[in-house]
Amino acid sequence: MPTSFFTGTDYALSLPMILLSLFGLGVLIIDLMLPAEWKRWNAITALIGLGFSTAAVMRIQLGHFADGRPLVGSFAYLSNVGGQVVGSVLMDGFSIYFFYLFLLGAAIAILMSAHYLEIEHEHHGEFYALILFSVVGMMCMASGYDLVLLFIGLELMAISTYVLVGFLRRDKRSNEAALKYLLLGAFSSGIFAYGLSLLYGLSGSTNLQVIAQALQRHYSANPKDPIAIVAMITTATGLLFKVAAVPFHQWAPDAYEGAPTSVTGYMSVAVKSAAWAMLLRIFLWGLYPLRPVYLPLLVFVSVATMTVGNFAALSQNNLKRLLAYSSISHVGYMLLGLIASDNITNKTGIQGILVYLLVYTFMNLGAFAVVTSLRRRDIIGDEIDDIAGLYSKAPTEAVLMLLFLLSLAGIPPLAGFYGKYFIFLSLIQTQHYVLASLAVLYAVLGLYYYMRIGSAMFMRPATDPEPVAISPGMQVALAVTAIGTVGIGILPEFFIRAAGWSLGIQQAGTSLLGFLR
Amino acid sequence: MVPLSYYLVLSAVLFACGVAGFLMKRNIITIFMCIELMLNGVNLAFVAFAAHWHRLSGQVFVFFVMVVAAAEAAVGLAIIISVFRTRETLNVDRVNLLKL
Repeated sequence: MPTSFFTGTDYALSLPMILLSLFGLGVLIIDLMLPAEWKRWNAITALIGLGFSTAAVMRIQLGHFADGRPLVGSFAYLSNVGGQVVGSVLMDGFSIYFFYLFLLGAAIAILMSAHYLEIEHEHHGEFYALILFSVVGMMCMASGYDLVLLFIGLELMAISTYVLVGFLRRDKRSNEAALKYLLLGAFSSGIFAYGLSLLYGLSGSTNLQVIAQALQRHYSANPKDPIAIVAMITTATGLLFKVAAVPFHQWAPDAYEGAPTSVTGYMSVAVKSAAWAMLLRIFLWGLYPLRPVYLPLLVFVSVATMTVGNFAALSQNNLKRLLAYSSISHVGYMLLGLIASDNITNKTGIQGILVYLLVYTFMNLGAFAVVTSLRRRDIIGDEIDDIAGLYSKAPTEAVLMLLFLLSLAGIPPLAGFYGKYFIFLSLIQTQHYVLASLAVLYAVLGLYYYMRIGSAMFMRPATDPEPVAISPGMQVALAVTAIGTVGIGILPEFFIRAAGWSLGIQQAGTSLLGFLR
Repeated sequence: MVPLSYYLVLSAVLFACGVAGFLMKRNIITIFMCIELMLNGVNLAFVAFAAHWHRLSGQVFVFFVMVVAAAEAAVGLAIIISVFRTRETLNVDRVNLLKL
């Protein structure tokens, strides 16, 4: 039993979260002193906070992983070798990879938001503070190794996001989206918490590793233990709600459509990645002994998700709703990776999910950045008619949007291809040929609705002649997402290796730690 | 000494009441109360298990769930007020601008 509960190592390992919380509070206080025309400084403060937090993550990555030995604190544990872990925070490559992903998504979302909020006349510092707080929650979700921390992280992220969705408080649609998201989000959290209580009852501990050991004993004693199965189903329901998998997807299109466009982008990448991080952590670490039980469930959910997502997207005329359904179908593909790989005998699928989430961050935020920039004085700019003729008004943006859409469809020279490639590869490696062919067919279907947007942009005349104005922040966001989408497509090596490193895969060639350093 | 199973059955019933109310009620405030009921079912299960295992961690979890429920209620009521301001109704069936 350790005598002190929070040692120096613990501070070092939780520094990224502490810094973000401090900057979030700082933004709230600074906002009170800023005159209305200086509100932009809030965005800059938040970006600086993200920068400091990134530096802290790098410090953990380079400083603590350098000698390959785990540092032991009492609150947070660093692990890149096996062994008994009983802390609340597990800082391994997996956590670090997701930390970078969240910071990237948040930074791009902030760049997209500044000008958009000015147009909406809702430019308040709270927006940026909430984004920073939600990133803290996400970090807890990715690195949590204890049910308490996972639950608190989930709720910190979710509650911040409820407010962000309803941020346009005078707008009926934003209110309604926030209400639906809140009710269904709280409902799913309740179900999730019930699952956690049963897991605690089975193991007598809130630590994922102890839970896994207890479940292993239960499963070998009685594979059909009803309590274990109910615990698994309720926990899985809560998690699948958060990633918006069918049949728990109903909230996603509504919340995505009504939310401020930049928040929709943020929700579809960072919030979704965080939910995925927690889902993988619980399914592959905590619930791993029940894998034979949850596998059929996942196959059903994944096929249903791909089917509903792709078919519902075909008939949408609202861009945000279409992208919401497309994001549901992407979740279906990612679930296939979890079905194929168990992270012990085969890691390709999990690596594929990590690569997928990274490229998805770039291409989906890019697409949402273009939709955000269509917002003008009196036009919300989220119908397909609003993007018609974009090529004649803003050729660069139209070409970029086409790149993002092709990447979302998974066309080879672009980043989206590698996400799908690894998922399908893992399915073939594990002899899931039926699922693989089904997924490929659905990917073809996806091309149709993405190209509907494409043909509207290039083939149809513009509905109104007003030019599209792109603010400097948006230009940076578009440039970063475009470089990410094309860059990962052309030079995928680094990113694939980074995902492999985060799962502790031994890789041939240059030493990966040296490569990342 | 009341056996553990009694507590668990009560917590499951509370939770099921919450779920049923969430699915059937139409008033937003009532729906919100049903969610609180679900969380209270969870709390009861945690406390019962904590007593069963003679460990404090379950009771600590209950405090966190209570904090989360309070925060959710604060944000939730704020959202409900802003919905009421723009629509003058608290019936979920009439909050239907976004097609389902």
